[in-house]
Amino acid sequence: MRKTFTGLRAWLIQRVSAVYMLLFIVFILAHFVGDPPHSYAAWNGWMMGSSVSMATAVFFAALLAHAWVGVRDVIMDYVHPVAFRVWALALLGIGLTAMGVWVMWILWMRHG
Amino acid sequence: MRIRDMNGSEKRRPVFFNLMQIQMPVGALTSITHRVTGIFLAISVPFGIYLLDLSLQDPQSYAQVISLFDKLTFRAAAIVFVWALAHHLLAGIRHLLSDIDIGSQLPAARRSAWVVNLGGIAVALLALGALL
Repeated sequence: MRKTFTGLRAWLIQRVSAVYMLLFIVFILAHFVGDPPHSYAAWNGWMMGSSVSMATAVFFAALLAHAWVGVRDVIMDYVHPVAFRVWALALLGIGLTAMGVWVMWILWMRHG
Repeated sequence: MRIRDMNGSEKRRPVFFNLMQIQMPVGALTSITHRVTGIFLAISVPFGIYLLDLSLQDPQSYAQVISLFDKLTFRAAAIVFVWALAHHLLAGIRHLLSDIDIGSQLPAARRSAWVVNLGGIAVALLALGALL
């Protein structure tokens, strides 16, 4: 396990990512209430603007870090045999990393 | 469960796991629900990324994502998702506040636990109203 994600750092990551995600969700909700996109062109144009796609990328980075700390805590609480625990954490890490790559690809390669 | 006493010798402690008889104070309910919704939200991340990708591809797939809301099962899933997210957010805000010593005393903590549990349901009902 990486030492950077344990103890105080994990606690801090969980809180900083939570606050960013909260602000991002409020921003998205405000946009959907105030100026909802009514067409593909409007939605795509808004999402692919450099500031929104950057804020979205940071949101997913925060989300995946938050999920890492949270699910890791649950695994450590309930999965005790070392071999199972290592596998569960490895699968979690691979899965979250893959999702991160997927999002970056969507935001900058596929549509950007 | 194995524990050691102060002299280092091993003792067996009784384990009580009859879930039907364990008392659940409101704060415990908020806490376990925070955890369960967190796992649920983590599982829903890849589905969310998939829908984001689909919505950005072309007008046809964008329309496909919009038309998902015509399906009753999708709307039901969306409402469950909104409830899980609302509960998890409110419980998280409660955590952040108690970090800075707001509402960390028991009576206030019990009140805020009620607010979180009922607030999550209230937001889900709003979503239900919006989607019906």
